[in-house]
Amino acid sequence: MRKIPLVFTIFFFSSIKIVAQDTTNLMNQLETETAKNKIVYATATFKTTRIVDGQSVENLPQHVLDVRISHRFGPVSGGIYNFFGLDNATMRLGFDYGITNGIMVGIGHSTYQKTYDSFLKIRLLRQSSGARNMPVTVSFVTVIAANTLKLFDSVKTDFGARVSFVYQLLIARKFSENFALQVMPVFIHEDEISFAHNDQNVFSVGIGGRQKISKRVNLNAEYYYQLPATKAPGSYNVFSLGVDIGTGGHVFQLHFTNSIGLTEKSFISETTGQWAKSNIMFGFNISRVFQLK
Amino acid sequence: MMMKKNILLACITLFALSTVNAQLYFTKNGQVSFFSKTILENINADNEQVISVLNIQTGEIQFSLLNNAFHFPKAKMEEDFNEDYMESSKYPNSIFKGNVLNIANINFEKDGTSEVSVTGSLTIHGVVKIITIPGQIIVQGGKVSAVASFKISPKDYNIKIPSVVSNKISDSIDVTVKCLYQEK
Repeated sequence: MRKIPLVFTIFFFSSIKIVAQDTTNLMNQLETETAKNKIVYATATFKTTRIVDGQSVENLPQHVLDVRISHRFGPVSGGIYNFFGLDNATMRLGFDYGITNGIMVGIGHSTYQKTYDSFLKIRLLRQSSGARNMPVTVSFVTVIAANTLKLFDSVKTDFGARVSFVYQLLIARKFSENFALQVMPVFIHEDEISFAHNDQNVFSVGIGGRQKISKRVNLNAEYYYQLPATKAPGSYNVFSLGVDIGTGGHVFQLHFTNSIGLTEKSFISETTGQWAKSNIMFGFNISRVFQLK
Repeated sequence: MMMKKNILLACITLFALSTVNAQLYFTKNGQVSFFSKTILENINADNEQVISVLNIQTGEIQFSLLNNAFHFPKAKMEEDFNEDYMESSKYPNSIFKGNVLNIANINFEKDGTSEVSVTGSLTIHGVVKIITIPGQIIVQGGKVSAVASFKISPKDYNIKIPSVVSNKISDSIDVTVKCLYQEK
């Protein structure tokens, strides 16, 4: 007999609870449910597909064409006579295209060593939170470049000797809205004519970062450390510091670096400039994207 | 024994009654679209994951959506929308909390379309504005849905459009809301 009031009480309170579950409660409940089931991907880890010269984990969206015009001027140490390097410019004209949201390709020609290059970038993992937790974004990049400079007539080189290969893994994490870091192990198989390498196979590890300064301005830096065992004599590690300015559609990149070369093989393993000796160069890139479909 | 039965009956009745009293309708896949028309470019975007609750007893109506769930025809627009204009990482949601005026006049037992007026607070980009908009509540075959369309101006919500693209984004953006509710 004593049990009945208890049953009644339970019923009574459970009924009350239903009545009290008003609009706002139900809204909150639905919002929490939805948030739990949603995968939130980290977007815009870097402003563009490059940090300074090197690749970032950003991919072009599907069917987007990016026309990139990169300039690299001469050493600032050239003084007023060379207008602080602006008298000597090398440039690269490049076309990048997003085949899918996770796969992009690019081709380019740069005046430095009359280099033709092409690359493929594939995103393997994507940083996410919510329903799926993934701490980093990981991409794979491969670059094939050919140095087409004419050599002395007496020297015959077959095409194979002019081609270099770069294989790169990009591992990046967006730590906050403003800050991202990327680590990139690199393996390079050098061509035989561009530089006096002791070892045709060079290993390097790069580190790059991005710090947002304002909504449209980013500060970027990248450094590639060459493993001493495979590093060529006379080659220095590249360090570049850059600023991205986005204007909606266009991105302008201004930077200082110790490398003249604009393709991976050149700037990672064949940089001759040294920051310590003010062999630093000013660079200026313009990127413009077009949606093709 | 008789008493036990009575109490049980009372409980069931109370329980049933209170359930009926909770006149809540909800959806997790409502639709909100917007359309910006200028001479240079027409931009439209759809969000089909809008959460909404309608209380047909009190007239309370609420909407909540994630800004980054808007889909645009061009990927770059989606990025600009979230990164530059809405600042979705800072202000992830847009929310409306309001009341359907004169909800008591609507007969939810009978099929029909009722013109209603809704007043409440719209929060976009961290800015709260009180708005009143016309809408319709449609009852058909026991299903309740709500539709509305209205205009908003990015300026009112402190959304800055850079001058380079200002002639591609309208000052007055058409917003359309469509929700088909299910009973709670």
